[in-house]
Amino acid sequence: MVLLQSSIPPSAAQALPLLKAVILLTIAGAAIASRLFSVARFESIIHEFDPWFNFRATKYLVSHDFYSFLDWFDDRTWYPLGRVTGGTLYPGLMVTSALIFHTLKALTLPVDIRNVCVMLAPVFSGLTAYVTYLFTTEMKDEGAGLLAAAFIGIAPGYISRSVAGSYDNEAIAIFLLMLTFYLWIKALKLGSAFWGALTALFYFYMVAAWGGYVFITNIIPLHALVLIIMGRYSNRLYVAYSSWYSLGTLASMQIPFVGFLPIRSSEHMGALGVFGLLQLVGFSQYIRARLPSRQFRVLIMVATVALLSLGALAVVGLTFTGVIAPWTGRFYSLWDTGYAKIHIPIIASVSEHQPTAWPSFLFDTHMLIWLFPAGVYLLFQKLRDEHVFVIIYAILGSYFAGVMVRLMLTLTPVVCVCGAVALSTIFDQYTNLATPETAGEESRDGESNKDESSSSLLNISGLARAPIVGIFSPWSRVVVMGSFLVYLCMFVQHCTWVTSNAYSSPSVVLASQLPDGSTHIIDDFREAYYWLRKNTPEDAKIMSWWDYGYQIGGMADRTTLVDNNTWNNTHIATVGKAMSSREEVSYPILRKHDVDYILVIFGGLIGYSGDDMNKFLWMVRIAEGIWPEEVQERNFFTPRGEYKVDEQATPTMRNSMMYKMCYYRFTELFGRQGAVDRVRNQRIPSPTTDSSATPIQLNTVEEAFTSENWIVRIYKVKGLDLFGREHAAAMAFEEGKKRGGRTIRAPPSGGHGKGKARVLRV
Amino acid sequence: MAPKRTPRQAVTKAGAVSSSPSPATAGASTPAASRIPALPTAADTSAIVSQAWNSYVADTPRKLKLVDAFMVFLVAVGLIQFVYCILVGNYPFNAFLSGFSITVGQFVLTASLRMQANPNNSSQFEKVTPERAFADFIFGSLVLHFFAYNFIN
Repeated sequence: MVLLQSSIPPSAAQALPLLKAVILLTIAGAAIASRLFSVARFESIIHEFDPWFNFRATKYLVSHDFYSFLDWFDDRTWYPLGRVTGGTLYPGLMVTSALIFHTLKALTLPVDIRNVCVMLAPVFSGLTAYVTYLFTTEMKDEGAGLLAAAFIGIAPGYISRSVAGSYDNEAIAIFLLMLTFYLWIKALKLGSAFWGALTALFYFYMVAAWGGYVFITNIIPLHALVLIIMGRYSNRLYVAYSSWYSLGTLASMQIPFVGFLPIRSSEHMGALGVFGLLQLVGFSQYIRARLPSRQFRVLIMVATVALLSLGALAVVGLTFTGVIAPWTGRFYSLWDTGYAKIHIPIIASVSEHQPTAWPSFLFDTHMLIWLFPAGVYLLFQKLRDEHVFVIIYAILGSYFAGVMVRLMLTLTPVVCVCGAVALSTIFDQYTNLATPETAGEESRDGESNKDESSSSLLNISGLARAPIVGIFSPWSRVVVMGSFLVYLCMFVQHCTWVTSNAYSSPSVVLASQLPDGSTHIIDDFREAYYWLRKNTPEDAKIMSWWDYGYQIGGMADRTTLVDNNTWNNTHIATVGKAMSSREEVSYPILRKHDVDYILVIFGGLIGYSGDDMNKFLWMVRIAEGIWPEEVQERNFFTPRGEYKVDEQATPTMRNSMMYKMCYYRFTELFGRQGAVDRVRNQRIPSPTTDSSATPIQLNTVEEAFTSENWIVRIYKVKGLDLFGREHAAAMAFEEGKKRGGRTIRAPPSGGHGKGKARVLRV
Repeated sequence: MAPKRTPRQAVTKAGAVSSSPSPATAGASTPAASRIPALPTAADTSAIVSQAWNSYVADTPRKLKLVDAFMVFLVAVGLIQFVYCILVGNYPFNAFLSGFSITVGQFVLTASLRMQANPNNSSQFEKVTPERAFADFIFGSLVLHFFAYNFIN
């Protein structure tokens, strides 16, 4: 592409900036458009779990002023503890959308804050494409930049976190990540404090937006360190790094959630150490130029090393005395993938914290994943200072993406950059119409290197004279260019397919396919949350597993016990214990926490696999972490070690609150065919088919609401019995009275057929 | 971690450390001997220091000396704050931290300015003229003071 630039006449060269602008605008448009599947299929709705909290916080920020947002104490979550929300969130996202909202309002454009939130991620992905263009242009040239912009615009690895409605920190964080990296490269190349200060400013924005800022905090010092070790110290490096670090660290401490961490925690010590090292190196360079004696230079080196080791010792000493916080568990889990499972089950229980399966690399980046090593190799060949940065980023990014699925997100930009570098090098080689002169010379004397030259793509020696054969023949050009164009088309098709099928589901609303192929919308979640909003007192406390805390807070506007913030493990374990114990054990816990309603997610009827019975083991494990005597994971497995919910289920399982609430009256739906749990493909013991089975009886709670497809079931916690009896005794008494008069209600006849018709499409 | 960057201070510091390795004059021809050093004489050290000082006074432009004086001042202020923090305590920790980081930040910004303005380094900074460097310096300082002022409580 760049070669085209040199060969075209000057009048056309003037049109190039315009052409570039048009291409970039088109890329941004494509990036935004491909993220709108979810809006087109469903509606403009906030997705998943965390976005609901961000949305709620944004609404709070829009309706209050900024300072009350920072001081926000939320008593409607983590009942009865509450949460210091203003001090425990990254405000960047909310402030960004509030700013956009107020700007649009000032321009007299009436928009709903929800639409601002829904559309924020696609818009910022367009900006990410532009920043990636700038970044890659610094690495190679503008042709590579445009390719990289196109790649990042539609790469599924990034789309997975930035579709419309995915209103999460990552939506703006990847843009800020790439922008900070670009500014850092710029500062390093120019040696300008201005660009260094800009790097610090956007680093500050990044700190305000996402906890992943630690990645920047460590990769830039690592880059500086590697450059020093390679003997590439320059005053430009000093200027860029010092201005970034001194400003950026001070700036990052302004965020309440970060606070004094940059000087207190081990994760940030590397940056400080490199800062000190740079001062020493810079100073010794200065002295070295002034002093004549070689011996004295050695002396300076010795002094530098001594001071460094002194500094390292001081850091270690301070860590042991506790002034500097040691590495956190989340950090350890990055190095030892088994660590979280043993020590912090709550981290391991999140599916996006699992190690990545290898197909997902191909799934998320398609052909870029094999262009990626080629790009890194090409960067190694030139190895300018900024190439070192991309190489470090590539190594770290690959490692982290292998450890955790969600960190695929940080790998994707560098994959796009390296892929673009590789592809644009190939294009440069093959669109160059001139045949190198050396080729002709060599063809005279050498048939011998024929094999060698034709085997290597980039080798310019070949057999080219009058009838052009080998790699300079038009045919080889056409074949290579053609195949890569086909690859590019496949890439676009793959990205669109993945985006449309895998990443565009709001997961609040589900889609399924009816037998005739038409789409059926399953809207159980909103149905149930709306029921809560309309039918329960405003101060009702809802207990559910923590996954649904944010959604209940956002959609039902009711107080929850635990939510996705997961700051208090004990509180979550309490909920886990209440869910996994017998009713008599759970009831006091429920009473003590003023629980009015319990909400469980049950997918057994419709085949929704992300339900509470599948998450149940995590509740048990987390509860076991706090009360090892009272809750034991072993008791929930059959003697053969299977996780069963059918007639082989252990008594502990069968008597647990969760099991009872999920399968309460489930068998009545099925009649004589027998009740089948569609997720686990197991037969639930039903009194109608099996005489030994007894119907599940709930004494301390009563069913309040069950949604259309039974996905959400809500139970009301009974008050204390008026006559002071145990609930079981009271129930038995009531039953005894009823037994003469009424028979068990006949199961609804249509239920089974309805459930069968809808097979969930996940 | 305020580094000493003025030659005078640093040379004395390096001279103090230099008690064990070999002196500059002895053993220059025999590198192997320098591993088992003789103690440097005070005269050698003072000679080197005075030589460095003289070359500094002679070669450095006046503007850079002014910058150096400012840096010495910043180091002094930083040291005073640090000693105060150790002796008296860091109670308003925000205030101490912003005060200390402002001296460190200002120091490195000034050091950057000095590097960029130094005519000897102009080959390394092709795009940065001394005027541009001064503008960068002002911008960086403004950002620094803004954040420090905000942080001071």
